[in-house]
Amino acid sequence: MSENLATVAYIGATILFIMSLGGLSNAETSRRGNFYGMLGMTIAVVATVLGPRVTAAGLPWIIGSLAVGGAIGVYAARKVQMTQMPELVALMHSLVGLAACLVGFASYVDTSIVYTGAEKAIHEVEIYIGILIGAVTFSGSIIAFGKLSGKIGGKPLLLPARHWLNLIALLAVIWFGAEFLAAHDVDAGMLPLAIMTIIALLFGIHMVMAIGGADMPVVVSMLNSYSGWAAAATGFMLANDLLIVTGALVGSSGAILSYIMCRAMNRNFISVIAGGFGTGGGSTPTTVAGEQPAGEVVAVSAVETAELLRSAKNVIIVPGYGMAVAQAQHTVYEITKLLREKGVNVRFGIHPVAGRMPGHMNVLLAEAKVPYDIVLEMDEINDDFPDTDVSMVIGANDIVNPAAEDDPNSPIAGMPVLQVWKSKTSIVMKRSMASGYAGVDNPLFFRENNRMLFGDAKKMLDEVLVALKT
Amino acid sequence: MSLTIGIPREIYPGEKRVAAVPDVVEKWRKLGFAVAVESSAGALANFADDTYIAAGATVAGNAEALFAQADVILKVRAPTSAEVAAMRPGTTIISFIWPAQNPQLMQEMAARQLTVLAMDSVPRISRAQKMDALSSMANIAGYRAVIEAAHHFGRFFTGQITAAGKVPPAKVFVIGAGVAGLAALGAAVGLGAIVRANDTRPEVADQVKSMGAEFVPVDYQEEGSGVGGYAKVMSEGFQLAQRATFAKQAADVDIIITTALIPGKPAPKLITAEMVKSMRPGSVIVDLAAEQGGNCELTVPGEVVVREGVTIIGYTDLPSRLAKQASTLYATNLLRLIEELCKTKDGRIDVNFDDEAIRGATVIKQGEITWPPPPPRLSVAPPATKAAAPSAPPTPATKKSSHGHGGGGEPMSGKALAGVFGVSAVLFWLVGAYAPPSFVAHFTVFVLACFIGYMVIWNVSPSLHTPLMSVTNAISSIIAVGALVQVAPPLTDAGGDRPNELILGLAITALTLTAINMFGGFAVTRRMLAMFRK
Repeated sequence: MSENLATVAYIGATILFIMSLGGLSNAETSRRGNFYGMLGMTIAVVATVLGPRVTAAGLPWIIGSLAVGGAIGVYAARKVQMTQMPELVALMHSLVGLAACLVGFASYVDTSIVYTGAEKAIHEVEIYIGILIGAVTFSGSIIAFGKLSGKIGGKPLLLPARHWLNLIALLAVIWFGAEFLAAHDVDAGMLPLAIMTIIALLFGIHMVMAIGGADMPVVVSMLNSYSGWAAAATGFMLANDLLIVTGALVGSSGAILSYIMCRAMNRNFISVIAGGFGTGGGSTPTTVAGEQPAGEVVAVSAVETAELLRSAKNVIIVPGYGMAVAQAQHTVYEITKLLREKGVNVRFGIHPVAGRMPGHMNVLLAEAKVPYDIVLEMDEINDDFPDTDVSMVIGANDIVNPAAEDDPNSPIAGMPVLQVWKSKTSIVMKRSMASGYAGVDNPLFFRENNRMLFGDAKKMLDEVLVALKT
Repeated sequence: MSLTIGIPREIYPGEKRVAAVPDVVEKWRKLGFAVAVESSAGALANFADDTYIAAGATVAGNAEALFAQADVILKVRAPTSAEVAAMRPGTTIISFIWPAQNPQLMQEMAARQLTVLAMDSVPRISRAQKMDALSSMANIAGYRAVIEAAHHFGRFFTGQITAAGKVPPAKVFVIGAGVAGLAALGAAVGLGAIVRANDTRPEVADQVKSMGAEFVPVDYQEEGSGVGGYAKVMSEGFQLAQRATFAKQAADVDIIITTALIPGKPAPKLITAEMVKSMRPGSVIVDLAAEQGGNCELTVPGEVVVREGVTIIGYTDLPSRLAKQASTLYATNLLRLIEELCKTKDGRIDVNFDDEAIRGATVIKQGEITWPPPPPRLSVAPPATKAAAPSAPPTPATKKSSHGHGGGGEPMSGKALAGVFGVSAVLFWLVGAYAPPSFVAHFTVFVLACFIGYMVIWNVSPSLHTPLMSVTNAISSIIAVGALVQVAPPLTDAGGDRPNELILGLAITALTLTAINMFGGFAVTRRMLAMFRK
């Protein structure tokens, strides 16, 4: 295959990738979108393998590693549970990051293509940046994986003077970058490059460690973005437009997702990355909270909940991370089905940051076969709460906190929330009275029209289901 | 020591309500208050003295005895001069007062050193809804209006096909869709009538429709919402158009229920004598605004009259006609207010002026007139006025787009935009000035790709964000291409000392890693998307 043919194939692959992302604009076309993505990837790989830059000697190696990697990947994809999606995605980001690092090092030690002058400098800068982003993505994603899978605690780790540490790391990276560029041969350059890689790895770890559990959706989408930029940097390094375009697509996708998540929490991107929810200024969240909500909490039993649901005409279910943890989505769907058969209008209200990943709740509900046309976003459903008889909050807290609207001193003030308290009755399912990830007390629990159903979400919902069936 | 709540018998002619019911008495007791009820205070509302005693109250033989021991007096109607004179100085009284209409009474109460909380002055804020007795009474009045209309109307409300022939459904037209209007709508719809409603505030149209009634708009553009959720006086042009609409409805419907009130103003005359004349004989008009002069020109407050064959009901005591229900709701409103006054639950009250609801309700504090209160901080932002509307930022409630984030939300401010342009210009200039041509070509591709990504991603439905992430993750394994070209490139002699094995090892590892990602990412996305179904 000639150079030109390979380039044309790359253009085709690029278009397919764009169509793949475009296909995700709605659920009907999304499956085709995924197919376009696979097709594009196949074309890109085949065109490269058959192209002028790969000789026949490499074929066994290529086929071997693709087979091994592919088998692992497909196995993981089959085995993973939908509630573990955030972990899987984070883990996969780390692979891209690591691959970018390796390709960067390989490219640096590769002397088969000789650059001179400005081209050499630019090439080296590209390698340097590519490895930097790759390393941060790698270590950050590993930590994110650990946090999401519960192997590392969700609480933000706040080192003293962490902003200064980050700044020093940045300065060191720049200084070693200059050293690296000044190096005359590969061996001399290797030391600054290696030191920078270690700093980048540490920086990635530190960055994600400092971020609280509730900010995980932002982090996951941010790492998604980084993995794209890493690919784009690799593209620059290898002068490959396909990599540049695809990396840029992925990078901007992740960036926009991060932006959407931040806006959904009314938080500034910088402050999320700087770490620690609600800890700006160093004070702890509980003391920041304005007036402590107080009053009586009315607890109900599963049977009473079933009664409330049975006599309702309009029901909105607001799921949160707690539903994912308790694996309660199937029971939720059973209840939904039962109520819908009885003519109750059941819908779901999804907050953009519910769960630990953008769209997490949608995937879980889809897994439980909940039809997606009754799963609505916050903006679509928020006006309907006043006409709702019962809204049921399952394992969510901050996203239904009225303090975000009422209390300007609240750490989550201004964050858009689902206004469940406007419905005639709200039922909050929770294990205990503990506050959410933001560490903010929720005055919703003390509202007159609110009922609390304490206990494990799955167990309680099972009881509700039994009560509904009788 | 704890205070005594006193419940006198209402002495206003025809008033059957009472300010306390046994259930509520029990709750006051729990808050630490002693409760004294005047003998037979609840008789007309079907609450016997025994039931109060059973709830923990004591019964006082007459009003004097009650006033002598009560520290807090709860009433329905405003006290008369005689009642005020009988009260001890320093007593707190809570009832309907209507301070604007009763300046004389206000002076007398102030002179008596009373503290007075007016239930009609409780501010209309969300938090105070539980003590909003006006709304509870209006609700009852609206319901009762329909019942009275049905009583005087000679036909069924609901349409029927019977063996004896067809019965057309009654048509009901409700003017003013406030609390009373909506209650009337609901009751009339429940009886099976065809119900229409009109209101000067266009935003209530949805509420009307939600009750199963039809909204009849007035064909004239003017915003009718005043402060605090009430209506305001409309322009003349509007009133003309409104009259035409009403005239048309009057000729068509069987029953008209009017609830149009503007705070502090006489009720607007909406139904003229001609309109009454145009109605079919046997029709009924219920004028809920009778006390403020009536919405119909022919209304006689407090009475039922027949004019031009149309029965016009001008009762001013509709809540009292449902005395048991009205007393229960009113007493509950009072209970909520007392709870606010007695946060410590020790049987004492604290008229705390920092509390907006209490501040609003208090018209006299220890002999000092504190009415009118400062304007309420609105719990609901008033709709933007015409002039401000185009420039006003979209509120979250009105911002609705099919994909939630239509094209990136609000436009950036001019300053920020200028900043972005400035930075980009500098960056682009640096690239153009110093970078070699091959880099510029790649850079072009890169920047354009970012923009394509930006445009495409904003269209992605939020429910598909997880698949989006996994598919972009799979796509980012395009980095495999980078590894591929390093595995076994066609070597020239130029790179003599190329560490082939090292590069091969690195490339193969990278390739394996990306392959996991590539296959795994696409497979898991496919699995996920297969689950999204209607």
